[in-house]
Amino acid sequence: MGADPTRRGIVTGVGAMSGIALSGAFSRRVRAATKVEFALRVIADGVFAFQGVDELMHPENRGAICNLGVVVGPEAVAVIDSGGSLVEGQALVDAIAAVTARPVRYLINTHVHPDHIFGNAAFRPLGPTIVGHRNLPAALEARGDYYLRSYREQLGDELMQGIEIMPPTLLVEDMLELDLGGRTLRLKAWDAAHTDNDLTILDPASGTLFAGDLVFLGHLPTLDGSLLGWLRQMDALAGIEAVRVVPGHGPAPTGWPDALDPERRYFEVLAADVRKAIRDGAPLAKAVRTAGRSEAANWTLFDDYNERNATVAYAELEWE
Amino acid sequence: MQSDVFLKLRRSAAVLLFAAATACALAVADPAAAQQSMAGSEKIWESLRGDVVGDRPILVDTGLIRIEAPKRAQDAALVPVDIYIDPARAAGIKAVTMVIDVNPAPVAATFQFGKDAGVTHLSTRVRVNDYSFLRVIAETESGELHMSQTFVKASGGCSAPAAKNSKEALAAMGQMKLRQFVPAADEVMTTSQELQLMIRHPNNSGLQRDPITQYFIPAHFVQNLKISQGDRLILAMEGGISISEDPNFRFDFAAHGTEDIRVEAADTDGKVFTDQWPFDPTGS
Repeated sequence: MGADPTRRGIVTGVGAMSGIALSGAFSRRVRAATKVEFALRVIADGVFAFQGVDELMHPENRGAICNLGVVVGPEAVAVIDSGGSLVEGQALVDAIAAVTARPVRYLINTHVHPDHIFGNAAFRPLGPTIVGHRNLPAALEARGDYYLRSYREQLGDELMQGIEIMPPTLLVEDMLELDLGGRTLRLKAWDAAHTDNDLTILDPASGTLFAGDLVFLGHLPTLDGSLLGWLRQMDALAGIEAVRVVPGHGPAPTGWPDALDPERRYFEVLAADVRKAIRDGAPLAKAVRTAGRSEAANWTLFDDYNERNATVAYAELEWE
Repeated sequence: MQSDVFLKLRRSAAVLLFAAATACALAVADPAAAQQSMAGSEKIWESLRGDVVGDRPILVDTGLIRIEAPKRAQDAALVPVDIYIDPARAAGIKAVTMVIDVNPAPVAATFQFGKDAGVTHLSTRVRVNDYSFLRVIAETESGELHMSQTFVKASGGCSAPAAKNSKEALAAMGQMKLRQFVPAADEVMTTSQELQLMIRHPNNSGLQRDPITQYFIPAHFVQNLKISQGDRLILAMEGGISISEDPNFRFDFAAHGTEDIRVEAADTDGKVFTDQWPFDPTGS
């Protein structure tokens, strides 16, 4: 493991996501086979990250929209999230093989969303222990089949091939340490925030935090858990002793804890706007059209997610 | 206590549970069907129509009743719906039925209003499982049926169970909150009062499995709801799984005197939740 991450950066572990030529009755149009570069970059000593694109999942991006991580210890490897398709998961497996021959001991799923877990089956031949939040099995049970059905339309039949819901076999109740042979990762299970099954992973050796979707940068945060829970735990998140973070979406890595500032501001604006609307008696349908709008210029995918966030926030905050 | 309309619709709902389960299965089996949109929804409605209203003629868009919903649902499990009733003809309405064509139980709810309740606007939130028409059908005292419909693009509102903070949801079940508003003069033409009733309840769809036992968790939802001022009925609902988690109803009404607002709700487990609040004509 070299000491200068920038020098070793891009050249290390460039895999490829092989393109798929879609054809037949289900494709809306025929796409040419393409190569999508899968760059697993060194971000610290023994720590690698893939940065997803700020887009919705679709066939052209292979579902590769979230950030993924790899920590290589003296004896074994831990992988943080598997990507949004089997194709992406396999590209990650190949990229890991290009940088280390050590076995993948743990595959950690930061939460239930498809962009983070649809690549799990690519790891089956490596036999890692799948690790997740105590609430992850229930969330997968509740939503797994639905995800497999509903994402077929978005990703296409070809890309959905082989995708399986693989639940964790090692659960994090509150805190858990994973040993990679003298390099220990610290996992923490959070109360409901982005979802009700969010995990963070800290690599104290390098000061790198893998925050999953508890941290968004650039890409508008999406709310599928609890706005109040997220805000309530913001200080505890900020207190994690790390120097850099790999957010669930956005530039990887980013300095810590400054990376929290944009989403904290967005949530505070959203909460204030929604609270005012509720106080003024504005109904949900009307309130969500304006709440949070002043943040529009600061984020990508704002129009895709803001009204949905406002809807969820309204339903939560009207009980205050 | 149940009126004929309620009994009839209860029977219909049982029939429809089966009919629509088939419709959903078809939609899932063929991805192209997910894009069928209006024509497909219309076709499902044609097959349901007889069970809901028999072969009686339906008058469409007469202005007696109107439904509004967003064209595209932001959260398919939480789609706001507004029902407007012509104030001049509100007193002549016997019952209002809301139908969501593609849902597992298409009859989302049936509402009855008190004789002099003066309800002309009712908002609630529903689950919408796929691209679908949302319909309201008003039955008048004279036996006419008036329908209004609106098309909503949504996906998975019923089959995606709420996993948002499930523990908290169960702990608070049955808790109610009432808000009272005096509507702004420019928003409504009457000087009536406006109420918003919120009930904590998971309103389970019955389509999810227990992760440990693998058995389906039985449907568990608010089946009957009665909102009164004193002993005067304002609004009664018979509802199903299409009403969103934490059922939420906002409506105007003509207040009579200063008696308390009383609510009684019963769910499918036989649990009865009651609450009451002082009537506040100034809003709060």
